[in-house]
Amino acid sequence: MDLIANLSLGFGVAFTPINMLYALIGCVLGTLIGVLPGIGPVATIAMLLPATYALPPVSALIMLAGIYYGAQYGGSTTAILVNLPGESSSVVTCIDGYQMARKGRAGPALASAGLGSFFAGSVGTLILAAFAPPLTELAFKFGPAEYFALMVLGLIGAVVLASGSLVKAVAMIILGLLLGLVGTDVNSGVARFSFDVPELTDGIGFVVLAMGIFGYGEIISNLSQPEHEREVFTSKVSGLMPTAEDLKRMAPAVLRGTVLGSMLGILPGGGALLAAFAAYAIEKKLGTKPGEIPFGQGNIRGVAAPESANNAGAQTSFIPLLTLGIPPNAVMALMVGAMTIHNIQPGPQVMTSNPELFWGLIASMWIGNAMLVILNLPLIGMWIKLLTVPYRYLFPAIVLFCAIGVYSTNNNTFDVWMVAIFGVIGYAFVKLGCEPAPLLLGFILGPMMEENLRRALLLSRGDWSVFVTRPLSGSLLAVAVLMLVIVLLPSVKSKRQEAFVEE
Amino acid sequence: MNIKSQKDFVSGVMFMVVGAAFAWGATKYSVGTGARMGPGYFPLMLGILLTILGAVVTFNGLVIERVGGDKIGKWAFKPLCYIIGANVIFGVCLGGLPSIGLKSLGLIVGIYVLTFVASMAEAGWKVKNTFILASILSVISYLAFIKLLKLQFPVWPVYFTA
Repeated sequence: MDLIANLSLGFGVAFTPINMLYALIGCVLGTLIGVLPGIGPVATIAMLLPATYALPPVSALIMLAGIYYGAQYGGSTTAILVNLPGESSSVVTCIDGYQMARKGRAGPALASAGLGSFFAGSVGTLILAAFAPPLTELAFKFGPAEYFALMVLGLIGAVVLASGSLVKAVAMIILGLLLGLVGTDVNSGVARFSFDVPELTDGIGFVVLAMGIFGYGEIISNLSQPEHEREVFTSKVSGLMPTAEDLKRMAPAVLRGTVLGSMLGILPGGGALLAAFAAYAIEKKLGTKPGEIPFGQGNIRGVAAPESANNAGAQTSFIPLLTLGIPPNAVMALMVGAMTIHNIQPGPQVMTSNPELFWGLIASMWIGNAMLVILNLPLIGMWIKLLTVPYRYLFPAIVLFCAIGVYSTNNNTFDVWMVAIFGVIGYAFVKLGCEPAPLLLGFILGPMMEENLRRALLLSRGDWSVFVTRPLSGSLLAVAVLMLVIVLLPSVKSKRQEAFVEE
Repeated sequence: MNIKSQKDFVSGVMFMVVGAAFAWGATKYSVGTGARMGPGYFPLMLGILLTILGAVVTFNGLVIERVGGDKIGKWAFKPLCYIIGANVIFGVCLGGLPSIGLKSLGLIVGIYVLTFVASMAEAGWKVKNTFILASILSVISYLAFIKLLKLQFPVWPVYFTA
């Protein structure tokens, strides 16, 4: 079978010592930033992008991917022990996880999160391996019109499924698209919006934008809020193993979370965060059996389901990136950046032109998940200690690593000025309630969208109807419109706001 | 007319201004036709779209009632200045500033300066702790970035090494 042959090729690549080492580094870093509140995978990956120049592409991607799914493991530790989401996707884990910790059952809560995540991660990886080839086949049938329609769908999907104001999110996408257009136009050679600054003719640096808005913007807004008192249940973590009763209850919840997470991860705009919310909502809807602890008071299902879902979602969100070359969320947008740094054009051709990279990355995810279980369960004590480090000592370190990351991109002070400007802009976005993630997606897709739009209209001699008359592109656009309409319906609108409000 | 949501109103105006600026800028490039798009076509389209969306957001800010007026709140100027400042000064330390004749001071000096400036963003900072933190960060950065990742940074001030 092809799948087995492909996976064995992948494992052959992933099991080399160097790639194992980078998978481990990625997982450790991911857990680290997952445990620490106030720094997320987006900022970390942006920081490390320049540092991966020197690595072989496979190792670089393996490490960066490890950071993303590693953060899903780490985030649950903080959620359970401190009642703070270490990662945004662990917000719902706080609800029941922290209650379990308060009742002295932090061990089983951590174990169910870790084991559930491992199961979900393994399944997610398999789904990725199984579904990538057929989707790639499909992608080869895509012309420029289809690509343009797909990007519209991806961008619309990203904002429909995200929280917050829809119009503002769409405006942020457009702003991102416009920023992405700054620099030399590939068709005419005209330097657009560069204000005669030579550095700007290459376009705005991706690292600079991501780091300014996600890194500095967030640090500043964290500092402007008084530090929360952290109550850490460090002494009470004893007896990691869940009881037989726990296992019986969490197993179906893990399964449901995995299925849901895998499906939502593939959708544009999906990924870990949405999957966790949806999984918790479903567990709650299913209700409790007699004798079970109610939700919100320490039900193990309320930990197992969202934690499985966010990890499954993190794995399957690689599918649109690896098969179509279209990033479904901000982290995947950064992975596009990482691939371009190494001269790999993301898209369906990656699987045929770089099979070692493609299958090696997938196989490494399974290895990474196995490493994470070990990192997060037996070694939990190490991470708990980290939680006692105050933010006062953390943020100068984060600022430093950001600054080093920015400077090392081009060894150029111009980037340092730029990141300062974007830091101010990023903080302004926080103050104005504008979510920056859609902007980053737009920024990545801007040049690609323009290119495909131009090609499509050139082929159709300026006839815009080509987007609706070609069946594939027409149906993709129809889905995008349908999504917008559904979200704007008054009944769904209020539900959507409800769903994203913390309970 | 009363502003119902300060956040929406201000961000809407921001979108309108930026959108209009991009659209206006785009008209200076050749726009072309649908079949043969010039470099100005796509930005002009997006600029107009952003302006319209900005108008909608502004309108929402004026019309839709919010609890507490959805105020922007005070700007945290202190952390903003110190964090951004730390980053800029670090860049100056590494790259030097030819316009005032300053040569590169290198990574280690940069780390100490950055750590102190960044720490000042928070009220309870202490000189001793910050110094220890900066020393730890210097060692880690030297090992990780210079030795392990082999980034091409000046480590010590040019004045010493030259």
